[in-house]
Amino acid sequence: MDNHPPVAPLDPALAVHTVGLVKRYGQVMALDGFDLSVRRGTVHGLLGPNGAGKTTAVRVLTTLTEADAGAAQIAGADLGSDRLEVRRRIGLAGQYAAVDEVLTGRQNLELFGRLFHLGRPRARTRATELLEQFALTDAADKGVGAYSGGMRRRLDLAASMILAPQVMFLDEPTTGLDPRGRAEVWEAVRALVGQGTTVLLTTQYLDEADQLADRITVIDQGRQIADGTPAELKRAVGGAQIEVTVADPAQLDAAEAACAAVSTLSPLVDRPRRRVVVPVEEQLGSLAAVAARLAEAGVAVEDVGLRRPTLDEVFLRLTGHRTDEEPELEEATR
Amino acid sequence: MTTDLQPLRRSTAYWAVADAWSMVWRQLLYYVRQPTTILWQLGFPIVSVLLFVYVFGSAMDIGGGADYTAFAMPGMFAMTMAFGFMNTAYAVVLDKEKGVTDRFRSMPMAPSAVVSGRGFGDLLGAALDLLVIAAIALVIGWRSQGSLWETLYAFGLLLLLRFALIWIGIYLGLGVKNTETAGNLFAVAFPFAMISSVFTPPSMMPGWLGFLATWNPVSATATAIRELFGNPVAVGSSWPEQNAQLLAVLWPVLITAVFLPLAVRRYQRLSR
Repeated sequence: MDNHPPVAPLDPALAVHTVGLVKRYGQVMALDGFDLSVRRGTVHGLLGPNGAGKTTAVRVLTTLTEADAGAAQIAGADLGSDRLEVRRRIGLAGQYAAVDEVLTGRQNLELFGRLFHLGRPRARTRATELLEQFALTDAADKGVGAYSGGMRRRLDLAASMILAPQVMFLDEPTTGLDPRGRAEVWEAVRALVGQGTTVLLTTQYLDEADQLADRITVIDQGRQIADGTPAELKRAVGGAQIEVTVADPAQLDAAEAACAAVSTLSPLVDRPRRRVVVPVEEQLGSLAAVAARLAEAGVAVEDVGLRRPTLDEVFLRLTGHRTDEEPELEEATR
Repeated sequence: MTTDLQPLRRSTAYWAVADAWSMVWRQLLYYVRQPTTILWQLGFPIVSVLLFVYVFGSAMDIGGGADYTAFAMPGMFAMTMAFGFMNTAYAVVLDKEKGVTDRFRSMPMAPSAVVSGRGFGDLLGAALDLLVIAAIALVIGWRSQGSLWETLYAFGLLLLLRFALIWIGIYLGLGVKNTETAGNLFAVAFPFAMISSVFTPPSMMPGWLGFLATWNPVSATATAIRELFGNPVAVGSSWPEQNAQLLAVLWPVLITAVFLPLAVRRYQRLSR
């Protein structure tokens, strides 16, 4: 990457800024001109189907893999020319960074603290501090092999937090955890953000991005295909819609007329399900108007409501496939 | 946040040593945490030597009425060193598989320490291995007839062989996919250790096999230390058997010269 001059000016005020990152594995373009802007102090979700390039992006940004072309800055440090400085400013946890399973939690943190060049005495104090912060004090002197999945991920997070990094990369931090473990990790992530750390989170779980992320970038086939807040993304693929289900199929036409009156778009009638759906812009007002017209026409309503598309639907419309359709490309090519 | 988190400022050379030492410390903790590991690792050499000495021993005649136990014990030392590269390879592939290597690589530590720490840690482990099997050999009745210096030099030659094989271990460990495939390396390790002068003199093997055995680095070390310990050597007249002392140094130096750069290169290429 050192051979390629930046293709566009990078903004050091951003926590992560990449322009035109390219990574090729044989014939496969894992990253194909990937752009990303992450603002400081936010949680940024990187979403995409398996094989979309999420993991490659994280590996490139954390200095584990070298990009073939493009430019990137992490917390103001240039990825191409100053990898050591990048490493001082980042933390990495999740799929591809782990802790030693033979050592105890405390020994792990002390080891990593020493390798982060804190010196032995401070590595020890920092270990104690982090064990407490991540609620691992009771298990501190047990071997990590005996930890639960959630505990292990929290230790993993703690190990990445030793220098209180400016940018934290969490690569699928909750994959394979039970609901309780996920909740534990989410709590830890929120605590990180509370301390001012910027978090870049990759996930396959849309509800996780919805819960945690301030902004989301959608990646597919190595490129950014959408970027915005979760609400913006949902709005972009169609805002709210009103759904009316009638009790008597004979009244479907009356319901259709009631719906048509509140929208510039024509309603869709789903006869087998006795349902009428119409996209609307002004949500609450439209709902009230539809309700009033239905009452006026004497339509017996089984259900009426305002629905928002889920991130799952957003994803499906943006990429044309669901999140879990493709085989893990990174695994196959590494 | 109460602790000052500013990393210490020291020279690159300082960190190359300090970080390597931290990695060695990690390996030493393994011995404290899992003291039985050492016995598992030594299991094969110990069992096979007991087998040869006590089961086949009475049928073994290496010529000249020499004591087979005194011949086989240095062989066991050399074999333990030869199999040692399996431990290195296994540890390396385990770290890679579990993501520990990636964590090290994402940290601002001296990059060389991952490889050098493994090297020196394994060398310390090998010294511990030698202590254990030498104790077993003493119990069985083996004695060194050489001077103190000759004896120490012999153990030094053993560690030199192990040191050279560390780089092959790292090279292979970084090359295999996972711990399961690492087990297949046994298919390489077994003939490497056995087609040698470890248990039988090469002169008693069929011609071509004997030829391989005489040139095997493990044989050179086994024969050299037998000479230094004053144990029966049972060598033929071939050049490598007559110059075992020289080869016991040359082979490890040559292996290190080839595989140390290869291992480092393969480590660096993890970023591809």
